[in-house]
Amino acid sequence: MRSISMERVEQTRQAMLDTVKSATLTHEQKVAAMANLADSLLEVLDYPEGLEDMLFVPFEKQLICDLNEGHAPLRPRYIVPDYEKFMREGSAFLQLPPPKDIWEAVNYLLIFYKHVPSVTNFPVYIGNIDYLLDPFIKDEQEAKKAIRLFLLQIDRTILDSFCHANIGPKATRAGYLILELEKELEQAVPNLTLKYEEGVTQDDFALAAVEASLHSAKPSFANHKMFTSELGEDYVIASCYNGLLLGGGSYTLSRLLLGHIAERAENIEDFKNRVLPQVMETMAAYMDARIRFIVEESGFFENNFLAKEGFIYRDRFSAMYGLVGMAECVNTLMKKEGKTCRFGASEEADRLGVEIMDIIDAFNRKHKNIYCGATGNSFLLHAQVGLASDTGSSPGCRIPIGEEPESFPEHLRHCEKFHKYFPSGIGDIFPIDTTVHKNPEYVLDIVKGAFKNQVRYLSFYEKDSDVVRITGYLVKRSEMEKLKAGQNVLQDTTALGLGGTENGHLLERKVR
Amino acid sequence: MKKALVNKIIPFSCVDGPGNRTAVFLQGCNFSCQYCHNPETITVCENCGECVAYCKTGALTFTAGKMSYDSSRCVLCDACIRHCRKLSSPRTELLSAQETMERVRRNMPYIRGITVSGGECTRQAEYLKELLRLAKAEGLHTLLDSNGSYAFREDEELLDLCDGVMLDVKEADVQLHKELTGCDNQQVLDNLVFLAEKKKLHEVRTVVMAEHFRAENTILCTGKLLKSYLSEQNIRYKIIKYRSVGVREPYRSRLVPPSDEMLERLGKLAEDIGFKEIIII
Ligand code: SF4
Ligand code: SF4
Repeated sequence: MRSISMERVEQTRQAMLDTVKSATLTHEQKVAAMANLADSLLEVLDYPEGLEDMLFVPFEKQLICDLNEGHAPLRPRYIVPDYEKFMREGSAFLQLPPPKDIWEAVNYLLIFYKHVPSVTNFPVYIGNIDYLLDPFIKDEQEAKKAIRLFLLQIDRTILDSFCHANIGPKATRAGYLILELEKELEQAVPNLTLKYEEGVTQDDFALAAVEASLHSAKPSFANHKMFTSELGEDYVIASCYNGLLLGGGSYTLSRLLLGHIAERAENIEDFKNRVLPQVMETMAAYMDARIRFIVEESGFFENNFLAKEGFIYRDRFSAMYGLVGMAECVNTLMKKEGKTCRFGASEEADRLGVEIMDIIDAFNRKHKNIYCGATGNSFLLHAQVGLASDTGSSPGCRIPIGEEPESFPEHLRHCEKFHKYFPSGIGDIFPIDTTVHKNPEYVLDIVKGAFKNQVRYLSFYEKDSDVVRITGYLVKRSEMEKLKAGQNVLQDTTALGLGGTENGHLLERKVR
Repeated sequence: MKKALVNKIIPFSCVDGPGNRTAVFLQGCNFSCQYCHNPETITVCENCGECVAYCKTGALTFTAGKMSYDSSRCVLCDACIRHCRKLSSPRTELLSAQETMERVRRNMPYIRGITVSGGECTRQAEYLKELLRLAKAEGLHTLLDSNGSYAFREDEELLDLCDGVMLDVKEADVQLHKELTGCDNQQVLDNLVFLAEKKKLHEVRTVVMAEHFRAENTILCTGKLLKSYLSEQNIRYKIIKYRSVGVREPYRSRLVPPSDEMLERLGKLAEDIGFKEIIII
């Protein structure tokens, strides 16, 4: 382990003290922050050359961001346990037999969730919960009560909206109950996705999902056919909207700050041929170093019960190669060429965006990491949604808020161009005005059309609902108001949401 | 092929029939309803050129006795429409059915169908049938939004090409219908029964105002005429609250929106008559 300066130690000590004294952080948030600060004192990773100038500099100068993963990863970033196996076999480490009825099923799952680590210390995937619970439904009333308490406990104890549950693709009684309950409860956690495929998912179930989403901003819709074709049947949607392998997950996620990278280039050619390749190379090498440490040194896969009992397998893991700020990148490059055309509003600008994606995609296919065998030894591209602290940087390949095309079809055409590149996640969000007319079939028709045209993932919410989708995760407006007024709130994502709405005008999306 | 005067095309509409549809609005109507909320669709532009002066963006030009309109410069301020004294609009386009279909195709596969509305779509029947034929060929569901003045009975071809009609029954009483729309309603009531018999009556619509005219009687009368069909078909009844937005003077100051209680009462009435799906908007 390399040594560090006393100055850095002192800075960290001060940050720890500030954390202890913070008026707005909850106890859990403080504990997590303290752990991150302690971790930041370690120096064990082999940094590739040039990384320092790209990563360890103030945000405006950063070209790469590692999303606060810390200096010595003690677990993979996202973990996706095989809960079906747990329901079938129980767990020796947790001293639990397989559940026999609905009460045991929800109770055992809640226990299991406590032991699923992640970058936020809360599980980012809690299962295809309809399929998990459906076999235990005997009496519908009783099941509804059990599932209500289950969802309530998740919302109040998994204090982070990156916690994600899946339902579908097929309708089940449990699936309907979950949708019904989500409508009643209006909770931010868990995030929820319906794996949807026309012809596989019954229309009636899909319409119930649309109605729930127009009521409490979830579920979102994942293109089941597309994900299956890339990742196979055993994929899940975790965290924001990340496609990952069941029984695996993602070791790490770093992101290219495309807007900042474009600033460093002389012109488009220079960007494509010199600046971008350098940064891509460095970020891939940095991710390689992180992965190597997790697999070879951290001991996680040797010692954690999840791996020992076969709820996860090392060879089901991959890593997410992220990017953010495509809009700013394209606009900056156009400006350098003396052009005013803008991403999302001009054919030419969008074409440049697609060319950039082709370059990143080709690089990613070429770069190999032996620990990502499950995905052909390649990382998975990910359109990252941004951090609350980001300024002047739009999520992934989204059109900046306020610049969305007047026409909804044009907006969707734009999604069609970019979604196909990102098996580990990209998504667009549309607030819908339902005050004039209730027509859930309207939304379902749009989902059906979009999924035929290579759109991957869509979210909707009613323009005035309390639960709103910030960038990928959900937050309650009423909770953000509380936080703004200086009160502390249960979920850590509320603060992210507040930052996002203030920096990113996230509540000003074009209503459809 | 005959071209039609198109007032506008809404690429995605959630209010013109089931699911997501492209709605095509044709220019020109033979009724002149007092409560019309887009009266600028009623007549065809006479090329008088008066409105040009009100356009601040240069979207309108008047040369050699003809109006022309450049949609790329228009900011939809509606000044031209407000100043037209002939219940018309310079913002129309002459399109063939093929050209219209080209626009519709841009919205596929996001839409399940098209709805042709107006104005009154049946006024340009040739074009209408060609457009419906093209849409059907693409597998799209086709609906018409009509004031019921067209003799559907005599146009089997049109009936075959459309999957359903959303029919306005504005007023059951002949005299009151004349007062409200300028025309009588015999044809409308004949269509009401005829379309139901042919299983092409997708929806009946009545706009409700506070005092004028008698929505209650209209709903009762509609129910009576449809009595034998209601048990075996789902014919939607849409009860529409009168809103003053877009309505021209002097009617705008005269007509009063109904109370919510009144709408609810009417909804209940329609339900009692046997309508299974009632929408109040
Ligand atoms: S829209 Fe009206 S005012 Fe303008 S030219 Fe036509 S008839 Fe005249
Ligand atoms: S609506 Fe368009 S055409 Fe009419 S006055 Fe305004 S800008 Fe000109």
